[in-house]
Amino acid sequence: MTQMTVNDAISAALAEEMRRDPSVLIFGEGVATKRRDLLGEFGPARVRNTPLAEGIIAGTATGAAATGLRPVIDLLFAPFLCYAMDEIVNSAGKLRYVSGGQFEFPMVVLAMTGAGWGVGAQHNHNIESWFVHSPGLKVVMPSTPADFKGLLKAAIRDDNPVLVFADIALGYSAGEVPEDIDAIPLGQAALRREGDDVTLVSYAKTVGTCLAAADRLAEAGISADVLDLRSLKPLDEGAILRSVAKTGRLVVVHEASRLCGVGAEVAALVAEKAFASLRAPVLRLTGPDAPAPASFPLEQAFVPQADAVVAAVQSLVHGALAA
Amino acid sequence: MTALPPVEALESMMLERMMLIRAYEETLVDLHGRGRAAGTCTAIGQEASAVGVVAALTPDDLILTNHRSAGHLLARGADPGRMLAEVQGKSGGYCGGKSGSLHISAKELGVVLTSTIVGGELALATGVGLSRSMQGGPGIVVCFFGDGAACEGRFHESLNLAAVWSLPILYVCENNQWQAFVHRKETMTADGVAGHAAAYGIDSAVVDGNDPLAVFEAATAAVAAIRRTGKPFLLEAMTYRLRGHFEPDDQSYVDPGELARWRERDPVVLLRRRLERDGLLDASAAARMEESVRARMEAAAAFAEASPYPAPEELTRDVYA
Repeated sequence: MTQMTVNDAISAALAEEMRRDPSVLIFGEGVATKRRDLLGEFGPARVRNTPLAEGIIAGTATGAAATGLRPVIDLLFAPFLCYAMDEIVNSAGKLRYVSGGQFEFPMVVLAMTGAGWGVGAQHNHNIESWFVHSPGLKVVMPSTPADFKGLLKAAIRDDNPVLVFADIALGYSAGEVPEDIDAIPLGQAALRREGDDVTLVSYAKTVGTCLAAADRLAEAGISADVLDLRSLKPLDEGAILRSVAKTGRLVVVHEASRLCGVGAEVAALVAEKAFASLRAPVLRLTGPDAPAPASFPLEQAFVPQADAVVAAVQSLVHGALAA
Repeated sequence: MTALPPVEALESMMLERMMLIRAYEETLVDLHGRGRAAGTCTAIGQEASAVGVVAALTPDDLILTNHRSAGHLLARGADPGRMLAEVQGKSGGYCGGKSGSLHISAKELGVVLTSTIVGGELALATGVGLSRSMQGGPGIVVCFFGDGAACEGRFHESLNLAAVWSLPILYVCENNQWQAFVHRKETMTADGVAGHAAAYGIDSAVVDGNDPLAVFEAATAAVAAIRRTGKPFLLEAMTYRLRGHFEPDDQSYVDPGELARWRERDPVVLLRRRLERDGLLDASAAARMEESVRARMEAAAAFAEASPYPAPEELTRDVYA
């Protein structure tokens, strides 16, 4: 085991995959400036700076992916993807199908998002569910350094476009990463903690929030399954349903806003396929339908906190919503 | 580079291809009129540009096109039967019926990607150019777009990146004067887009897009320059969209005088007249050519008609690799 930050895990995954496969290259805004190690090892053809023009970066990746390369692009902040929506959604996501399967689009889009840096709404916007809703795309949002490394490696090897969102607040968080960690298959949730009374489903930074809440709930005699989705598409439906079948209670926690968010999908899945298991209503703790504020207290208020998770679970087990 | 055919044979081949493209699109209009095909965009009047550029390419070259792609595909040797089947949503189409008329691509012909989002092809072209450049293959990349796409930001982003990264891309603007339902005079201050190239350090040329030989010569020179330097080139073919934006379209917004002037310059009529005048094609040979094109289109329509619709399980096939 090695201690590694999320940012180091991303760098390690990139270097290993570029070493493994000469068709992998990375470009984007400041990529060659910031990733001097990759530039030194792989040279300027495979590690490229680009103009500040997200549309052409994403379009270039899409065209390159269709014709034999395996590009990774760094678009910096998730809201910048709005400039690249046509290329990602209309081309990378659709042209395989539209062409009758003639082309594959093995490419990875990296972007940061989330509260923590006070960068405000045009740099912080959890838009992951937009891409979950778009056919042809896969979406990954890990929470640990090991998962960032393993899932990014899998994303690079995948023959489909994969969006890998990095929660800004996790960039410098460290964790154990096995020396020999390999690609972690997309579409497998990780059970971070086992319990019997409630299922907490989350991803990205709010997994840590759920784990903190679970510690406090344990002190109150309530044990929680904490399920880290890791991959939002494909979604590990089996893991969600197995856990809810065991606990009978579900709280979904994420930073993205509520309406049509991933939590809505998880709740609907459970209502459709595990209704008989439910002992209490499904709850969602999410960000509000508001742009992310820059002000630190407001930014923190945007994100579900452990207190709210504890209160929600207690209401399901002992309170007004208990069966 | 492959040896070029003698000019006479080339012109005759060009005329036949242009007749085929015209016949194909007229068949399409007819099918649409009879409720046998969904709405579609044609490029009637623009055949010379497609045929002239594609004749200057080799099989290694890759093409990206847009929603007015029939000419590019047929010029490249596409089977009109498989194209019609595609337009009619049949399984025998190039894309199994999932593209329809608007997004046909045919990897086997090197027509690699098609975007119908105006300008989309310009964003993809740099990626195909990057692949070509990094993989060291012999081919170049050709990207067909219109004057409307040149008003999109992607045009500028694409030219800039292709220049900065030195990508082997022939940008072909088919300036057909119309941007959907809006004349380019309403959206651009210049008469064309080639002037933008200089700002990016890209060489450019403007050519009569209704003269296939002129287009061929300009494209041949441009392609040779790209193969020599590895750098992009912008070729603007001045032409005219003789039909409306999308079938059906009564063209009530088109100045009748302008339309009449361009009809006088119909590229298929002009080339045929020139070949007959120069003694390169006699009336009976021209008639045989017409007959052969008509027979080909009848066979194509019969193939498309007989082709089955896709099976229901095709609905979700090929979404993911």
